[in-house]
Amino acid sequence: MNWNAWIPLLVVASSLLPGLIIFRLPEERVRTRITLNLIGAFLKLVLVGWMLWGVYQGQHFETRLALLPDLDLVLRAGPLSLIFVSLSTVLWLVTTVYAIGYLENSPHRSRFFGFFSLCVTATVGIALSGNLITFLIFYELLTLSTYPLIVHRGTEEARRAGQTYLAYTIFGGALLLLATVWLYTLTGSLEFTPRGFIHGLGEEHRTALIIIFALFITGFGVKAALVPLHGWLPQAMIAPAPVSALLHAVAVVKAGAFGIIRVVYDVFGIESAAELGVMSPLAWLAAVTIIYGSLRALFQNDLKRRLAFSTISQVSYITLGVAIAGPIATIGGVVHLVHQGIMKITLFFCAGNLAETLGIHKISEMNGVGHRMPWTMAAFTVGALGMIGVPPIAGFVSKWYLGLGALEVGEGWVMFVLAGSSLLNAAYFLPILHRIWFRKQTAAWPHEHNFGNKETAWALLLPPVVTALMALAAGLVASAPFSPLEWAQLIAQREFYQP
Amino acid sequence: MGITFIDFPWAIALILLPLTGGLSCFLWPSVSKILGLVTVIGVMLSATGLGWLVIDKGVYHYLVGGWGAPLGIELYVDGLSLLMLMVTALVALGVSIYSIHYFELSYQRRFWPLWLFLLTALNALFLSADIFNLYVTLELMGLAAVALATLTGSHDAFTAAMRYLLATLLGSLAFLFGVVLLYHSFGSLDIAVLSERFESNITAWAAFGLISAGLVLKTALFPMHFWLPPAHANAPAPVSAVLSALVVKASFYILLRLWLEIFSQLDTDVDILFGFLGSIAIIWGSLQALRQTRIKLLVAYSTVAQVGYLFLAFPLAEKVGVTAWSAAVYLILSHALAKSAMFLAAGNLLRFGGHDRIADLDRVAQRLPITVAAFALAGVSIMGLPPSGGFISKWLLLQSALVQSQWGLVGVMLIGGVLAAAYIFKVLGRAFTQAPLPHEPGVVPATMEWAALLLAGGAILLGFFASEILAIIEIGSPFGAGEVKL
Repeated sequence: MNWNAWIPLLVVASSLLPGLIIFRLPEERVRTRITLNLIGAFLKLVLVGWMLWGVYQGQHFETRLALLPDLDLVLRAGPLSLIFVSLSTVLWLVTTVYAIGYLENSPHRSRFFGFFSLCVTATVGIALSGNLITFLIFYELLTLSTYPLIVHRGTEEARRAGQTYLAYTIFGGALLLLATVWLYTLTGSLEFTPRGFIHGLGEEHRTALIIIFALFITGFGVKAALVPLHGWLPQAMIAPAPVSALLHAVAVVKAGAFGIIRVVYDVFGIESAAELGVMSPLAWLAAVTIIYGSLRALFQNDLKRRLAFSTISQVSYITLGVAIAGPIATIGGVVHLVHQGIMKITLFFCAGNLAETLGIHKISEMNGVGHRMPWTMAAFTVGALGMIGVPPIAGFVSKWYLGLGALEVGEGWVMFVLAGSSLLNAAYFLPILHRIWFRKQTAAWPHEHNFGNKETAWALLLPPVVTALMALAAGLVASAPFSPLEWAQLIAQREFYQP
Repeated sequence: MGITFIDFPWAIALILLPLTGGLSCFLWPSVSKILGLVTVIGVMLSATGLGWLVIDKGVYHYLVGGWGAPLGIELYVDGLSLLMLMVTALVALGVSIYSIHYFELSYQRRFWPLWLFLLTALNALFLSADIFNLYVTLELMGLAAVALATLTGSHDAFTAAMRYLLATLLGSLAFLFGVVLLYHSFGSLDIAVLSERFESNITAWAAFGLISAGLVLKTALFPMHFWLPPAHANAPAPVSAVLSALVVKASFYILLRLWLEIFSQLDTDVDILFGFLGSIAIIWGSLQALRQTRIKLLVAYSTVAQVGYLFLAFPLAEKVGVTAWSAAVYLILSHALAKSAMFLAAGNLLRFGGHDRIADLDRVAQRLPITVAAFALAGVSIMGLPPSGGFISKWLLLQSALVQSQWGLVGVMLIGGVLAAAYIFKVLGRAFTQAPLPHEPGVVPATMEWAALLLAGGAILLGFFASEILAIIEIGSPFGAGEVKL
């Protein structure tokens, strides 16, 4: 029996099954729930590790199940899938630990962790999808499974945020469905292929292809929060901190960005897309989003909202890297998928810790908090500096490759976008760092919890410290084997140089 | 053992079982629950047996009493009728499990005989091979359905049922006239014979008009849908489920059969009219659903919209017949399961809160999680989101529309999907919030919750077995010989 044909399915099932069981667990079975969650997360980690090792040695992992007469449900582990699946798996484990600490004693935990697991299942499914229809199925599953997390608190405000989120994503999903079926009627195939599968189509389909591309970008742009489709993201901040963390770093926003990567590389192919003339509009769209997000972030006093606008800006680095369409920029874009994830999740964990430990939600309340919570704030500092692009943190590596890549293909204007964005990043992060470390505490903490002589609970402290260390490591030893950068190079090589 | 088992006349059992079951419930009302449940399980087993037979050996003919057409009664089962029978049995099982605890004792004795009678009529309808039997079963079904709709005895229910009765009688009457005309000009009632002898003349056209109009009225295609929302919304929950899931589909099934076998020989543009009315039904029904403040009315208007999708298959089938018709049949199946689940879930919410006002739902996601899950899963299929049966049918419909560049229909389908999401999440959003005025919740028995979830789960599972089910649809190639591959 060929085990490799089942591993991708097992990776998906390893969070689906625990999730389904957790739904039916009574609220007070805390221990069982934690055990199930952790077993699922570790199992997934082991399986993904195995696939990484296997693919490195040239093995193939593919699950194929019949869906429609000529279409299969395909889960396949290629280099691009693996970089996203590894990110999701590692950060799921960390976030699960964090969520266990964060939601201690709060109501409806079974429902929360059930949908949380479904959400990760959908993300992993998106990562492993081997064709567009599989991608679409998991993409919609992600929409549906994040909704209950956003409205989790059950307040009127949460309900509104949920409706806004759906209005955007259902609309995006409808466009994706149209684009996918349309493409299928033209090509008769939906299989992700390196360098695309639309070469064979004649000149008479040019207009149709351009519209299909636009539909894809609009559909994915909703989740990737491309301006002007970003409106749902700041509102969705109403969700509990672990949800915001995962939503921003891995699940929703990245699913959109990953969709754009897939469409450009494996559906259209860079050459065909460039020939259609759709790449520079995409690059401009990304550039506008980068600057706009940063500008809006400057004026937010609510910490989570500032981080949300920062996400809008940062995720578009990925799109920008893809749209510049050179090998080095591709490395920068793909590697930023991982780097942004690690850094942003750190920042959100820290914001959650501030809210949970001291009741701090606003930036103006953060004076001197570095002395009260040194570890959390150290992690926050690493994340913030990384976002600005200070070496040797991960964000620097991404920006370096993006800049080099843009120069390589003669798109000098991108340098201005990068520089401007870095300046803006500094302008909205450095004042926070100044408040944290150099100002004195001015007022009592809004709502302080007592954790004895520790700064906060272990389960809350450990995750941001771990992810901050990862962000440092990703920058320091960027060229070590199995580092995100090395995988990104592998992907770029496959897209540009291999026959 | 295989021979005796497979030769058992399952088709006859599908008619006789519910008939005797219904009579027994009438005679011994004190044990009607048990009798009813045993009967429905028997029907489920018979449908499975028949399915085994047809999948194994292909199209199934049965001459009742050994007499064939034109004198005797002939039963005919191909892939299309088989699927209708199976989905009927499945919905019947879910609804019956639900009904055990739904009705009070005095209602039980009225519900079970009527319900099993309705089931008899449905099964016989799907097994019929001639148009007179189709008429008889259609009439029986309509009468049983109206009687069931009055079961609550409320004033609103009576008014609605009266309208329903008039619509259904008018529909059957038109159908009967059409049948008489066909018999008069072509000298047969058997569909297969008619299909050979049929030719275009003035009587044929009149018959076509009468039959189509009657069936369209009974299927509640816009603008003939006026009777449906009040009738479906005011009936008891299990009855609403059966009306929306099965009864409306039965008349569509007849229309589909006759269209394919007989009327396709006429050169008409009625298919375009059907597509047009279907489009309006989708948009209008969805908008009306979105406007409703009560769950049951919302769900009923959603049926009006979903019926519209069925009629989109007519204009699309001209060039890509098999794909378009398969999409319609897939929609019948998934909608039957999803909509019955949705009505049962609505019934639970009504019993729990004492009302079905959407704005006053009170944290039901926490307190009735199974029911809300059933509503949500059924909603996924209704919206046409993956993975679900609704998604498969939407995919196939979109594909057939895009391949012919029918942009108008593409637009309608996409807008319909978005509107469906809007009205379904209108309910689901309130499931998490607290009502302004909290109230003492009623008790909802577990069987009622799980029955709804069972059916909703079926609608989701349909999304995973498309290849198998599409293969069954093709048994006996009800949609004619193959088409040019897309």
